[in-house]
Amino acid sequence: MSIFDLTIAQASAKLAAKEISAVELTTAYNDAVAALNPRLNAYITTTPELALEQAKAADARIAAGDATALTGIPIAMKDLFCTEGVRTTAASKILEPFIPPYESTVSAKLKAAGAVSLGKANLDEFAMGSSNITSGYGPVENPWKRVSDPDAKLVPGGSSGGSASAVAARIALAATGTDTGGSIRQPAAFTGLAGIKPTYGRCSRFGIVAFASSLDQAGPMARNTEDCAILLNAMAGFDEKDSTSAQREVPDFTKALNRGVKGLKIGIPAEYRLEGTNPEILALWDKGIEWLKAQGAEIVEISLPHTKYGLAVYYIVAPAEASSNLARYDGVRFGKRVDGVDLIDMYERTRAAGFGAEVKRRIMIGTYVLSHGYYDAYYLKAQKVRNLILRDFTTAFETVDAILTPTAPSAAFGLGEKMDDPVTMYLNDVFTVPASLAGVPAMSIPAGLNAEGLPLGLQVIGKHFDEETVFAVSAAIENAAGFSALPELRAK
Amino acid sequence: MAYMLEGRTGAWEVVVGLEIHAQVISESKLFSGASATYGGAPNAHVSFVDAGFPGMLPVINKECVAQAVRTGLGLKAKINLFSRFDRKNYFYADLPNGYQISQFEHPIVGTGIVEIELQDGTLKQIGITRLHLEQDAGKSMHDQHASKSVIDLNRAGVALMEIVSEPDIRSPEEAGAYLRKIRQIVRYLGTCDGNMEEGSMRADVNVSVRKPGEEFRTRCEIKNVNSVRFVMHAVEAEAMRQIEVWESGGEVVQETRLYDPSKGETRSMRSKEDAHDYRYFPEPDLLPLVLEQSFVDDLAAKLPELPDEKRRRFCDEYGIPFYDAGVLVADQATADFYETVAKGRDGKLTANWMSGDFFAAMNRTGKSIENPPVSAADLGALLDLITDKTINGRIAKDVFEEMVETGKAPAAIVEEKGLRQVTDTGAIDAAVTKVLADNQDKVAEYKSGKDKLFGFFVGQVMKAMQGKGNPALVNEAVKKQLDG
Repeated sequence: MSIFDLTIAQASAKLAAKEISAVELTTAYNDAVAALNPRLNAYITTTPELALEQAKAADARIAAGDATALTGIPIAMKDLFCTEGVRTTAASKILEPFIPPYESTVSAKLKAAGAVSLGKANLDEFAMGSSNITSGYGPVENPWKRVSDPDAKLVPGGSSGGSASAVAARIALAATGTDTGGSIRQPAAFTGLAGIKPTYGRCSRFGIVAFASSLDQAGPMARNTEDCAILLNAMAGFDEKDSTSAQREVPDFTKALNRGVKGLKIGIPAEYRLEGTNPEILALWDKGIEWLKAQGAEIVEISLPHTKYGLAVYYIVAPAEASSNLARYDGVRFGKRVDGVDLIDMYERTRAAGFGAEVKRRIMIGTYVLSHGYYDAYYLKAQKVRNLILRDFTTAFETVDAILTPTAPSAAFGLGEKMDDPVTMYLNDVFTVPASLAGVPAMSIPAGLNAEGLPLGLQVIGKHFDEETVFAVSAAIENAAGFSALPELRAK
Repeated sequence: MAYMLEGRTGAWEVVVGLEIHAQVISESKLFSGASATYGGAPNAHVSFVDAGFPGMLPVINKECVAQAVRTGLGLKAKINLFSRFDRKNYFYADLPNGYQISQFEHPIVGTGIVEIELQDGTLKQIGITRLHLEQDAGKSMHDQHASKSVIDLNRAGVALMEIVSEPDIRSPEEAGAYLRKIRQIVRYLGTCDGNMEEGSMRADVNVSVRKPGEEFRTRCEIKNVNSVRFVMHAVEAEAMRQIEVWESGGEVVQETRLYDPSKGETRSMRSKEDAHDYRYFPEPDLLPLVLEQSFVDDLAAKLPELPDEKRRRFCDEYGIPFYDAGVLVADQATADFYETVAKGRDGKLTANWMSGDFFAAMNRTGKSIENPPVSAADLGALLDLITDKTINGRIAKDVFEEMVETGKAPAAIVEEKGLRQVTDTGAIDAAVTKVLADNQDKVAEYKSGKDKLFGFFVGQVMKAMQGKGNPALVNEAVKKQLDG
């Protein structure tokens, strides 16, 4: 068994048993990063020395009997989490020189638990994208390859593409991601990983570069539901520095994994069976239904009637909030500045040079939908429809305990595909966006491979703050699916 | 009599509304823990939240909310238990986030009333439309460097209360009175120090004109006027400008203007084309502000007595005229000083002494009510000496001056200088007899009808008695000896 085969739970046990040391584990991962990252481009910034220091400290803690389940575990941090003293770019040129003098709450919690940080993972610029191709630091390669065309480079999904690729290629044992419209779940599905977007408010947003304030949520991406639960235990919790943080007890999510699904009602929403959806995905969905039935769950047909408005609502609300959140990137106080003849000129030159095309596009859309004369027709209307989408879920959850859907409408696509029209790219989020708009927890678990040998994921959606049921159902699918495929391109 | 401006085509009425920005007195800023104290080295009172760094989030300061509620109660206004914050988006170097967190649709305070008093004693009510909380911006300075502007963010994020009046103001005098009244109320409440020179209170003045009886015409906004005098001048200057525009057949264009005190006129700041579209939308980083009625009631119960109430009480309790009471309640510290002295003493006597000799001494010595020329205790003691007739009013004035100069207590001065009033009728009679004897020609003149000389005799007696004669007794004695 290679050291890279160990999950967090397994590695943690071996560390506790002193069968391996944190330094060994981190050194192995540092070497893997050095070997594979130049090709995959999963990391924007690698921090091998820092990781080694943290590993040494972890060994000391383990020796002192003061370890947590994450002590000594090497992870990648999506480069959207501000990390004190370590460059944080949000994959944008405008933050190229930015070294935060503060730490995000979520990354601080992981560090306090003793996790080791291998580096900052690549992403779509400012988390805007579903393929990681909008990054200012180059695209990320998905380690998975099509059987029919193993040389073609595929996207890992986005926006947490770097996190996904790193974990799938085993150059990180796990990673943090953020999910605004599907940015944890869709890349998890594209790379055969488990990933959960918790309930809005479950994890603190303090220190996370903001994209869409009412949607952004931090979450774990790992090999399986158990590792995700271990990570979420450490990441979640009330933070007084985030006014939208929920004052809720954080249960031990690992305890929910073995609950089983006997007697649970699982909703199957008719509106997710879209015209033209890949038949392999629909077939996998049906399999998922059978697996849950076989384990004692009751399957219920439900309707989420406003599902079809989800993308339109998302692509009004998110850009609107982003247009305001990104106004601070102006070259005045931090980050890149391009000098101009006066203030306006400096603003224009700095933002033109610093922002990529997709970011500019969304800022303009966002500014437009908030502008005088259009606010009522676009932003206000979208928020009203958002409320209807929320109501779809709360009504459904009166009769079911969880909802099962596909995660993405396709498997990972090729780098260079879907480039003709930005809207085609936006359609990637059709299954993930509604749960984001409603703020409910949702998880993607790898459930099978398509004919090309690429991973496909299923999505489990739960009630607000009921991540435990989400974990229970996801674990049931995971057990039944027995997904054990691995990409050839990985650390061994 | 209504204020009117005479134009070529007749009389014009002036319509004014004021938007006052008042900086909240608090330890920290509205949404961050950085210090809200005035001054400090540039960028010393700035947190990463104020500076709009990536990932930073606002957290509301409860004390600022309480201050806004107190102010709303002081304006006799409706406190909105539900209110919400909105983002006001625009780009400027002293606005780090590229948006200001303000309240647009649902302010924390609704409609209220403020009473103002004009020079001629008339009272008028000015309506309050609303009060909301918002962040202040930083300061830009363009003259510190040859080619660059510098930004100080100390002020960025400090809590402001924006107090909006109804367009009920009809003259420069009313505008001044209203501004002074708001300043008085917030200073009494301790919610704002009202210091316009330091910029902790600023006014945006909305001015329009109309022929009496007409609907409202287009108004212009004059921004950031920082003194009561300038507000009054700006109202007049702008009203006259608008009248001229209308009377030459033009139309007043709605725009934002600035008042230039050196020229005594307003000039355009930005045209409608350059006008900002603020793209207001609800602040997604903050929950709606929901207050319990008990929170409001608790603040109301602890509110200090407000100037109007205190003024009326002074009249009732101390028997002083409405005007005098107004002078004494101009600020809380003066009112408190007055009460300390007046308690258990003659309220009218106290008021007269404060309005007269005491304020005169304060002005002369350049002192303040916080560091008074004479302590309340000592002033009270002086008034006691008058009331119990130890000294007379004339002598008291001299004693007072000595108190101001030396800081000594009045009783000590009276003893040291032997200034006790003479009430011994024997001594008085003797002095009167002597004066009349020495001025027999004048006595004759008096007896033949020159009544005015009575004062001369009294004066001479007082002089002979070195001013220490009890004036009433002296008067009596002179009268008796002249007529008797």
